[in-house]
Amino acid sequence: MTALRITGAGTTRRRLHRLELAALRGVMVREVVNFSSFWRSSTFSSTLDPTIYLLAFGFGFGSLVSKVEGYDYISFVGTGIVATTVLFSGAFTAMYSTFVKYHFQHTYDAILAAPVDTEELVTGEALWICARTGVYGCVPMLVAMVFGLQPSWGMLLVPLIAALAAFGWAAAGILIAALAKSIENFSYWQSGLLTPMFLVAGTFFPLSGLPGWAQVLGNFNPLYHCVELVRHAVFGFKGWADVGHLAFLVVFALVMWRLAIRRMERRLIL
Amino acid sequence: MTLSPQNAITLRGFVKRFGALRAVDGLDLDVPLGRCVGLLGPNGAGKSTTMKALTAQVVADEGELEVLGYRLPEDSKQARAEMGVVPQLDNLDVSLTVEQNLLVFAHLYRVPSARRKDAIERALAVANLGERRGAKVDELSGGMRRRLLIARALLHEPRLLLLDEPTVGLDPQVRQELWALIDRLRSEGVSILMSTHYIEEAERLCDLVTIMSHGKAVAIGPPQALIHEYAGPEAIEVYGSPARLLEIESAARSRGWRTRRTGTSVSVLHANGAAPEFDGERRVTNLEDVFVLLTGEQIE
Repeated sequence: MTALRITGAGTTRRRLHRLELAALRGVMVREVVNFSSFWRSSTFSSTLDPTIYLLAFGFGFGSLVSKVEGYDYISFVGTGIVATTVLFSGAFTAMYSTFVKYHFQHTYDAILAAPVDTEELVTGEALWICARTGVYGCVPMLVAMVFGLQPSWGMLLVPLIAALAAFGWAAAGILIAALAKSIENFSYWQSGLLTPMFLVAGTFFPLSGLPGWAQVLGNFNPLYHCVELVRHAVFGFKGWADVGHLAFLVVFALVMWRLAIRRMERRLIL
Repeated sequence: MTLSPQNAITLRGFVKRFGALRAVDGLDLDVPLGRCVGLLGPNGAGKSTTMKALTAQVVADEGELEVLGYRLPEDSKQARAEMGVVPQLDNLDVSLTVEQNLLVFAHLYRVPSARRKDAIERALAVANLGERRGAKVDELSGGMRRRLLIARALLHEPRLLLLDEPTVGLDPQVRQELWALIDRLRSEGVSILMSTHYIEEAERLCDLVTIMSHGKAVAIGPPQALIHEYAGPEAIEVYGSPARLLEIESAARSRGWRTRRTGTSVSVLHANGAAPEFDGERRVTNLEDVFVLLTGEQIE
């Protein structure tokens, strides 16, 4: 829908809207062009970290336990590890890159002086991280296939699930960056929230082995829902339970997205 | 409905508070179309807050703001699409090349794809950076980076250019080179608002200046008219011991002339050929005299 209005000069000008494609594209082009100068290091760390976890746990624990919840341990970890990528390449990337661009490089000043609003800025940044993470998320799974994870058609959905979870986590990372007064504050978030969530996501061991209260808390962990959904996509969906996991990830993404916009606006617009 | 259609920028009663501080306290500002206007004032006068308000990165508590016929903040995005901004802080992407920086902003400023290449070439030519197009920003000198910032703001052929302290921290040679560039843009009909605390810069480039102090406009007009009105055509600059300078100040004041300290001397203004008893050097008055008279001798 295009609203038209007549200006004093008698010419017709289009009024701009919220969340315009042109603005989102501009923000993402900036990211893509920048990415072209550091993609090697970024890809290296985003894919190697989870692969190391995969191999360490796969071989280390795999020698102690052969089957978990009916799966080979390497297949159990090889699918759950997607959540690790989502966290590393989604949340951590968003936290640091947002803080650096806002605080040190003043990039957001430049972007907001162009016809781009905070809402478009935050959305564009989150979309780009989400696309990147969708691709990175598959790498450890491909490595696991070398070590015996059986291919399945459902694997084709894994990048989409990783991307959905990553959108929420990217927005959460932007939110944390908007709340943090200094980059040192990230330690509280990382050690106090993200590391426990990373461990209690059902990636390396099933939640069912934990005490009852931890299982309840685990159900509020978006990484857990991501892990479950990925595993079921690869080994077979489980009906309504998976609708629930999907719904949780969608709500998480929407809530984090709106909160990130609100807090960034408070930071950027005085 | 526009406040004044002949203006590129119109501010009426603009107030911005940060807590108890009134950073801008009822500012009126006009930038007529096609003119270069200087916003002068000491640090803390409210210049930067005013510049930020024009891109809606600061939202006014009170007052009416209009840029290129658009009301702020509600239609700010449309206004930003038609203006270029050169920030005080260098916010180029340092790991990208000159050309990549321009490419990114050609997208952000929505230059249509068919015109993007030409727009980048034109911007490179304006900033005289054609030969450094492949250089990373890291490798450029301060002057080149500032020229690139200006080129970046011109990609979409804006009708209005905001320059926030465009030559701060640059060598005199580089500063003059930028003045020539700004002057050329003005002669091409671009409306310009430039905040600066280099008074010579405003005197040379601006058709009009607004002098700000404590968040308000304290004088508005062409530089020469302001000099004439506030400082008179001639100043007598007297050197001497601190005691001698105090004597001269009180003697001048008793005759109704204003004085200002210029470091080691006192300038007696408005004397206009009279006052042979002041044994000093006669010089032409300038905008700095006006600035100091209006914004105070002491830095707060």
